[in-house]
Amino acid sequence: MNRFAALLDRLAYQHGRNAKLRLMTDYFRTTPDPERGLALAALTGALSFRHAKPGIIRALIAERTDPTLFAMSYDYGGDLAETVALMWPASPQAQRAPAPACGGGLGRGHSTIEASDGVPLPVPPPQAGEGTLDALRQPQPTPNSEDEAPTLSAVVHTLATLGKAELPAQLARWLDALDATGRWALLKLITGGLRIGVSARLAKTAAAALGGKEADEVELIWPGLEPPYLDLFAWLEGRGEKPVARDPAPFRPVMLAHAIEEPELAALDPADFIAEWKWDGIRIQAVSGTREDGARMTRLYSRTGEEISGSFPDICGALRVDGAIDGELLIVRNGRVQSFNVLQQRLNRKSVTDKLMAEFPAHLRAYDLLAADSEDLREKPFMQRRAALEQFVTALDEPRIDISPLVPFETWTELIAARADPAAANAGLDADAIEGVMLKRRDAPYLPGRPTGLWWKWKRDPFIVDAVLMYAQRGSGKRSSYYSDYTFGVWTGGESGDELVPVGKAYFGFTDEELLQIDRFVRRNTVDRFGPVREVVHEPDQGLVFEVAFEGLQRSTRHRSGVAMRFPRISRLRWDKPPGEADRLEALEKILQRIERGRGAALVEAKV
Amino acid sequence: MRPEDLLCPTPKGLYCPPGDFYIDPLRSVARALITHGHSDHARPGHGAVMATQDTLDIMRLRCGENFAGRTQAAAYSDTVTIDGVAVTFKPAGHVLGSAQICVEKNGLRIVASGDYKDARDPTCAPFEPIPCDVFITEATFGLPVFRHAHAEVEIAKLLQSVALFPDRAHLVGAYSLGKAQRVIAMLREAGHDAPIYLHGAMEKITHHYAARGIPLGELRPVRGAKKAELAGTVTLCPPSALQELWARRFPDPVTAFASGWMRVRTRARQHGVELPLVISDHADWDGLCASIVATGASEIWVTHGEEDALVHWCETRGLRARPLRLVGYGEEETEETAADPDADDASASDERRLDDIEGADA
Repeated sequence: MNRFAALLDRLAYQHGRNAKLRLMTDYFRTTPDPERGLALAALTGALSFRHAKPGIIRALIAERTDPTLFAMSYDYGGDLAETVALMWPASPQAQRAPAPACGGGLGRGHSTIEASDGVPLPVPPPQAGEGTLDALRQPQPTPNSEDEAPTLSAVVHTLATLGKAELPAQLARWLDALDATGRWALLKLITGGLRIGVSARLAKTAAAALGGKEADEVELIWPGLEPPYLDLFAWLEGRGEKPVARDPAPFRPVMLAHAIEEPELAALDPADFIAEWKWDGIRIQAVSGTREDGARMTRLYSRTGEEISGSFPDICGALRVDGAIDGELLIVRNGRVQSFNVLQQRLNRKSVTDKLMAEFPAHLRAYDLLAADSEDLREKPFMQRRAALEQFVTALDEPRIDISPLVPFETWTELIAARADPAAANAGLDADAIEGVMLKRRDAPYLPGRPTGLWWKWKRDPFIVDAVLMYAQRGSGKRSSYYSDYTFGVWTGGESGDELVPVGKAYFGFTDEELLQIDRFVRRNTVDRFGPVREVVHEPDQGLVFEVAFEGLQRSTRHRSGVAMRFPRISRLRWDKPPGEADRLEALEKILQRIERGRGAALVEAKV
Repeated sequence: MRPEDLLCPTPKGLYCPPGDFYIDPLRSVARALITHGHSDHARPGHGAVMATQDTLDIMRLRCGENFAGRTQAAAYSDTVTIDGVAVTFKPAGHVLGSAQICVEKNGLRIVASGDYKDARDPTCAPFEPIPCDVFITEATFGLPVFRHAHAEVEIAKLLQSVALFPDRAHLVGAYSLGKAQRVIAMLREAGHDAPIYLHGAMEKITHHYAARGIPLGELRPVRGAKKAELAGTVTLCPPSALQELWARRFPDPVTAFASGWMRVRTRARQHGVELPLVISDHADWDGLCASIVATGASEIWVTHGEEDALVHWCETRGLRARPLRLVGYGEEETEETAADPDADDASASDERRLDDIEGADA
């Protein structure tokens, strides 16, 4: 457990995907079964513990510490698990021999003490958690004390069978035996909040790297595997056969598209491609299969393979035939596709009630069919899969599931027109929920990842405003010496004339060269500093204007401007433009009103 | 004699009326006794300064030849009488030369401990608890969440990371007086014998430590080193340099920070470091409590830091305790880079360094 804790600790601070992967792969390589398998389960969210509520932890620490000191400490750090982990009194069995004293240094511990009048001092009996003399003068245990500390498997197995009443005492024994990082990790683990910036996909990628495999290969067999994944590690280390995917409703790695722009179309032959709408929802995979006992099993996955079935029981219930659909999750009310803003309102809710499902009815718009019955269709060309999809959806005859229509075109000019005005093509009233067109080669097989030349996405034009850089913050990881996160604002009437009000924050969209230029501008034009943030000059005649592109706009009470942008990014640096000529809040307000009325109109008017 | 008659807090610092001297004064005074060389305790411009020889040497190094009108070296454990006040310097275990100052008159003994730690440090003499009536303690880490593990464990963590990422440079932010040299000495103890690189602001003081016989191994300046040469190496720099343009000369650096503050995640995150190392030159909570008990003092004065929790703890132990609320200590850490205005990297303006780096890259 202490080793796993040390891994979590490092991951929690580590920026950068590759560094995280290396930390995890190194852990998997050097940690024995079943410990590493349970770690993989914890990292992929496959473990859950029922009884461990914060109340139990609070009660345990209250028995052991001075309430005033606990309150001061909790107030300082603000995190219950961490405060408890650090304040937890060291216990005798968790001690380790002190480090050898060398180089003239002092090991902890004091010689006999006498007050200046020569009378020995009465020493009150130690009380836990308040820094008492003898127990605490001894060193804290270190990550080496694995022999006494519980293993991750001991924790997992014990918790699986332990009654609620026995939990506090067991928890206390573990906390006694672990070091501070181990205690923190244990408490985070059992209360279900690791939050170390590692997705299930990343953890599987790290495990796959152990055997030089791709994550997709692990992903394919994953649904048939169970913690502690002994057969998986045996295969990855070349000691065993590849485990067979037994799951009747497995995730299949998703195929993705490359972005394309209008000038690049000329190089392609329109006859090779079909086009379909790119719906502004959530790309999902809906899979249904029959278990050995005959029961139906249906699962929904996000495009990264995270299971999201629990959030959409209405879709799961609709898929009653064996098959795997690649499609877009949308909200459809009265036959009309709602905007992403509406879908987000359903996603934001934690519990899925009947009322929520009635108010925000989920819908699956199908793009592709990866498997039907138990036949894998992915090797077949797109047009064959499309025909199979049409047959499948028609036979299913389910109002919540329909097919995304093809966009008819013969020349690129026709497609350009359709993209500019989807409503006039065949999207009708649903045009507001379209964020561009997809181009797919008629003969393309379904391949995992982002293969070149087969699928293209051609997104609609973003909204654009000119905004003024107001604050810049240093980035993290590779960018920690660069001011790379920018808060920008637009003009609005204030009490003493026009002033800038922040409307968003962006940290991408610019090139490395532009980053250097902005960074230099920030450093030379700082007017104030707040920790890692610099306020940058923003006067009508002095400052830097960004052309900001964004995909959508929402009302927001959290922002002073009252609006929040979706996917804002810096699309151009306007060194030529004086800040006084940047946009006003009224311009955003107009865009917002048009979005609320209907997107198509908004785009047309915004361009004017 | 009341304790306040022997030592009393004033805006200029702790003052001893019968001896007419200040301890670690915050402004220029005629006679100053200095506990250690950190800039918030050892300010230049006093008339006469009494400190350990190491502290005097460090002050000369950092503040220049004329840092004081006169100086007098105090040897550990020798008692000197100043106008009827017996004064003894005892090791504080904080940095090289650091001392607690014990003042005694008419049977009343007060110990001003300056900054201290009771943890092992191969670069300085170990802390010695002094029996006394009044113990004046700092409280930098005066909250029970600050319980620092063995520094050896943290050094092992650093070396493990160096082994795991041999293609990256490891940049360790550390205060340039004391912490940096302790980290280097402990890396050597742990068997790391590759050259260790130094930020310009640390060269002088680190070479001074080496000249005092502390084994620091081969040290190299970062200045002039090629980017590729720095892969797989460890460099010590002031914490602020981690976020400066200076850090761009390293290949994909892993940023580490050696400080007691790293114990608390929110603090570590604020610094944006990837590898927090909990290594402190101040006593942690357990160390503060144990040291207070070890002195046998019945009255505790708390100078700076998280006074409230420590005062509360003293009271629950039946000890009289009060915060002195002295303003001006604990600032070495924030002034870190500015404290070495003569060093090459630290002295240049942001802008000049930016141009330098761009020039170098081009």
